Amino acid sequence: MTEDLALDVDQVSFSYGNTQALNKVCLQVPESGFVALLGANGAGKSTLFSIITGLYSAQQGTVSVKGHALRTDTLNALSKMGVVFQRPTVDMDLSVIQNLRYAADLQGIPTAEAKNRIALGLEQHELTGFEKRKVGALSGGQRRRVELARALLHRPALLLLDEPTVGLDLQSRSNFVAHVKSLCADIGTGVLWATHLLDEVVTDDDVYILDKGLMVEHGTVVELVKKHNVDDITAVFNSIVVREAS
Amino acid sequence: MTLSSALLCLRGVVTREALRFVNQRGRFLSALVRPLVWLFIFAAGFRSVLGVSIIPPYETYVLYEEYIAPGLLGMILLFNGMQSSLSMVYDREMGSMRTLLVSPLPRWYLLLCKLLAGVSVAIVQAFVFMCIAWFWEVRPPVIGYFLLVPALLLGGLMLGAMGLMLSSMIKQLENFAGVMNFVIFPMFFASSALYPLWRIRDSSQLLYWICTYNPFTYAVELIRFAMYGKLHVMAMLVVAACTTVFMAAAVIGYDPLRGFLSRKDGGAPSKK
Repeated sequence: MTEDLALDVDQVSFSYGNTQALNKVCLQVPESGFVALLGANGAGKSTLFSIITGLYSAQQGTVSVKGHALRTDTLNALSKMGVVFQRPTVDMDLSVIQNLRYAADLQGIPTAEAKNRIALGLEQHELTGFEKRKVGALSGGQRRRVELARALLHRPALLLLDEPTVGLDLQSRSNFVAHVKSLCADIGTGVLWATHLLDEVVTDDDVYILDKGLMVEHGTVVELVKKHNVDDITAVFNSIVVREAS
Repeated sequence: MTLSSALLCLRGVVTREALRFVNQRGRFLSALVRPLVWLFIFAAGFRSVLGVSIIPPYETYVLYEEYIAPGLLGMILLFNGMQSSLSMVYDREMGSMRTLLVSPLPRWYLLLCKLLAGVSVAIVQAFVFMCIAWFWEVRPPVIGYFLLVPALLLGGLMLGAMGLMLSSMIKQLENFAGVMNFVIFPMFFASSALYPLWRIRDSSQLLYWICTYNPFTYAVELIRFAMYGKLHVMAMLVVAACTTVFMAAAVIGYDPLRGFLSRKDGGAPSKK
């Protein structure tokens, strides 16, 4: 457990009854680093997210965020993370600014400070002019930006994104990935990006591959492509999934 | 958890609930129409059929409308508590509940904030009902309006905590219809909300026994006595004890280690 890491997942196991969802999974996100977690549907990504966010409790192993153990120092660990869940969690009936104020209150950000941060967040996420619009009236890409603005409002050391681009068109997906990478690099936030869409990772990204609850590969895209002697990360992923399935 | 972060969280949750309530005007109207229909139609129809003798806290004969008014206030709290738990199940399925649960505050406190937010909305509804009921000759003494606030708060906390507990056990929104049939209606009808307990005992000893073990009866009696400037100590103690038990069960239910949510498919996000 070290403070140099934004996230340290160590030997985490979890099962639903007799079904083993995660088996001794290890994963690390360095400070300001971008880590992609790849896995097919049913690989265990959302279960791992639920454990990291404290919604589930790991049956074995430990999770720590910026050196704070989730099990024993829960509130400090949670205060260091921002989360964008797979399914939208913003309130569609409330306006953009009402959703952001709600998030600021939950994070304990004083009113005056929250006002400044919300104004900055609206600008950073290109939401200026949409403050009073109900989230339900926004496009899919804009809603995701509201979620992102909300997740970063308290300036977390770790940003978790669970399949954040599901349901977005290709252009919106690509814009969203670029936006997150550039913004988090600027503000020094470590990112864990879970996806099954392989075109969202690029050559120098640090990649973990989760398959049937096991962490089967880890390395940069270049390293993995070289190791498996294939052309790209899609071929790496397919070779692992096919090999595991056979 | 610092005091300022706790207060900010409470403000956030209560404001959100109030905004949702204002945005959903249909919810406000339906919450109000239900007890008013009982007051305008049911009570008017049964006024001549059901006689109410002089029983505490009343010091004289009262109209049936006046007798059932506390029960109808209890009905507002009961339906609001269930509505809150329905919204918890909905929020959990839709995901917005996760926003609350990953906040850096103790889970019991987050649930308490959610509970207080729901009760605040219910108290507003209750007072709007009382304003309308005034024109139907339901006119308690002025002190009663003031004492109603703590009584409604305590009764609302108990019923809201029960709703929270149920929401932690319900896996899917579809199962909520069962709660209506097995919890809300039996609780309401098997209580002193519509008829005095002595009347029930006259007709069925078993039903009387069920009514005396129904916590809703005590919430209604607490409200009834408060409305006339009196304190029903036994009712207050029972309601406070039930609130504690229901709240403890809800906190356990939402505990990721011990609760119902840790079970397979128990309100879990879609597995990947």
